Amino acid sequence: MIIAEQKPLDFVIETLDEHKNVLVVGCRSCVAVCLAGGEKEAGILKESLHLHSDLTGKGWNIEEITLERACEKEWVREMASAMEGKDAVVSLACGVGAQVIHEMYPSVLMVPGVNTVSMGAPDEQGIYMEKCAGCGDCVLHLTGGICPVARCSKSLMNGPCGGSQKGKCEIDPDTPCGWDLIYRSLKEQGRLDLMDVLIPPKNWRLSRSGGPRKTVRKEAVQTPEEKRIGGASQ
Amino acid sequence: MRIIGFVCRDSALPAVEHAASKEDPYPSFITLVEMPCTGRVDVVHILRAFREGADAVFVAGCLEGNCKYQYGNIEARKRVTLTKSLLQAAGLEPERLEMFNLASNQGWRFPEIVQEMVSRVERLGPNPIGKVKT
Amino acid sequence: MKASSNLQRVLDSGHFAVTAEIGPPKGANPDVLRKHARNMKGYADAFNLTDNQTAVVRLSSWASSLVCLQEGIEPVMQMACRDRNRIAIQSDALGASALGVRNVLCLTGDHQIFGNQKEAKNVYDLDSIQELMVLRSMRDEGKTWGGDALDSAPQLYLGAVENPFGDPFEFRVPRLAKKVAAGADFVQTQSIYDMERFEKFMDEVRDRGIDRKVHILAGVLPLKSAKVALYMKNKVSGMSVPDSIIERMKNATDAKAEGIKLCVETIDHLKQVKGVHGVHIMAVAWEEKVPEIVREAGLCPRPTIVESVQ
Repeated sequence: MIIAEQKPLDFVIETLDEHKNVLVVGCRSCVAVCLAGGEKEAGILKESLHLHSDLTGKGWNIEEITLERACEKEWVREMASAMEGKDAVVSLACGVGAQVIHEMYPSVLMVPGVNTVSMGAPDEQGIYMEKCAGCGDCVLHLTGGICPVARCSKSLMNGPCGGSQKGKCEIDPDTPCGWDLIYRSLKEQGRLDLMDVLIPPKNWRLSRSGGPRKTVRKEAVQTPEEKRIGGASQ
Repeated sequence: MRIIGFVCRDSALPAVEHAASKEDPYPSFITLVEMPCTGRVDVVHILRAFREGADAVFVAGCLEGNCKYQYGNIEARKRVTLTKSLLQAAGLEPERLEMFNLASNQGWRFPEIVQEMVSRVERLGPNPIGKVKT
Repeated sequence: MKASSNLQRVLDSGHFAVTAEIGPPKGANPDVLRKHARNMKGYADAFNLTDNQTAVVRLSSWASSLVCLQEGIEPVMQMACRDRNRIAIQSDALGASALGVRNVLCLTGDHQIFGNQKEAKNVYDLDSIQELMVLRSMRDEGKTWGGDALDSAPQLYLGAVENPFGDPFEFRVPRLAKKVAAGADFVQTQSIYDMERFEKFMDEVRDRGIDRKVHILAGVLPLKSAKVALYMKNKVSGMSVPDSIIERMKNATDAKAEGIKLCVETIDHLKQVKGVHGVHIMAVAWEEKVPEIVREAGLCPRPTIVESVQ
């Protein structure tokens, strides 16, 4: 899932500036799981902004709404009536949701209420670790199920660097060495032979380095004919 | 003055009953909200209390390690800490909010808690919302 | 301009080689490089110019290598993968070769968090093994990676780094084997204080016949004080410094002299380790001691191998 972290309340207050009619938007998907922007967090942010407005006499009108998934237009459409009269949106949805919201309501100030951090998973409640770098060319079958791009600090492909010590990365004693994890995983699977394979230079063209990526699932794309017959989806 | 106290049913409330009685009640500017456990206190409850004009808010629950619901009081403490930082960013002094722990037979703690919050309000002044709220 | 690397000629002819490291200055003035070059000339077969070591911005390795050539000593240019992508690596290799640099050391590079540009975006387009693959193919096939022909292939003797003290220990020798398979002609190791662990490493190296495929130069770093020794032990990644060494440095009446003595003893021992074909002296911030160390270790004079007429 996407891991995000709330921006400080000070930032939201400062960025809203003169905007008085605000909609706080939460999302029930990833940001709810990592406790950054779900319905509960949206409620708390709304109350906090109201408290600030009442204390300072700014006269803000704050409302909140929580969408099922802020990245899909069919749900973002549900915001329409709540958006009437609003001049700013504070998005607690991730950077993706925030942008889809903006696409549908482009005239309104978009205030990011969270920093979108990574693609990861909870190690335990409250602690979320980056797991995937979205490189577009997955090699988990070669690395015992552990991603060298995301979990090695240098994204090395041929084993650990000389800075790996006692299973930890040179950058931080708390950071596990990704290649140490890979080595142990392959050892457990009886596939240490994979450690000896020379992996050639990676095709980074498939990653973000090659430009913003467009992914197409041919069969799902509506032909002009289908659009004419049934009306466009999304 | 207006002080709101979120008190848990298992320790704080019995402690209040030890300390106060019909003949010798606790001050009328204190409003107590009975909770099944302080773990049920939500951040929005506290924020709403301040928005409604409370000068101070306290949350009183079991001693840590003794919560009837295992660690509701620990969750409450974490939420109180979070709410203090929200209060600060919103423009209200975080000292107006506090978390206390006490046992059901520690009736003497209740007047102490009240006195602590009263002296904070006297030092900080009333909630400015009383003046500004439109 | 020499066609081949002096270091290669010394190693291939079976001599025990000596390389020494020169740390480029944190500034635009190359005078200190010239000073070191003049002082150390004749005491090593080639001189490594580090590449923004520990991610601290310094005069670049390629420019420092050129200064060395001007001073008549043979450089080993270092190219870390942290700061440049495959385009820059190949381009800099061509540039180095064009200017007469004949030795290139391929290494991963310390993470930028160690240095003075912590907020920089790192590159790591290639890892050190892929860097060797790319440069070897440029040299031997005359093409850039991907097959585009070069009008003139670079002439480079390729080096790699290995750390016998990194973890997991069981993977250190296989990793060295990978570097050799990828194209390493010579290898310089991290500095050795834990001789026991290094000997274990070399046992496995010999078992696998790796010493017959690549020239290994064992690393040594003279310690100035017990404080430096402790710093190495605790703050530098991938170092193994036994407590006995710390104690020895602490108890010494003249720590500096003790540090040199220990370094020379280490070299003397390394000369006897089968499979070790040379020594790499990293007198960090103490380059002026290299001539003394090389003399005391009985490694003077350095051989002059005449280049065969081509």
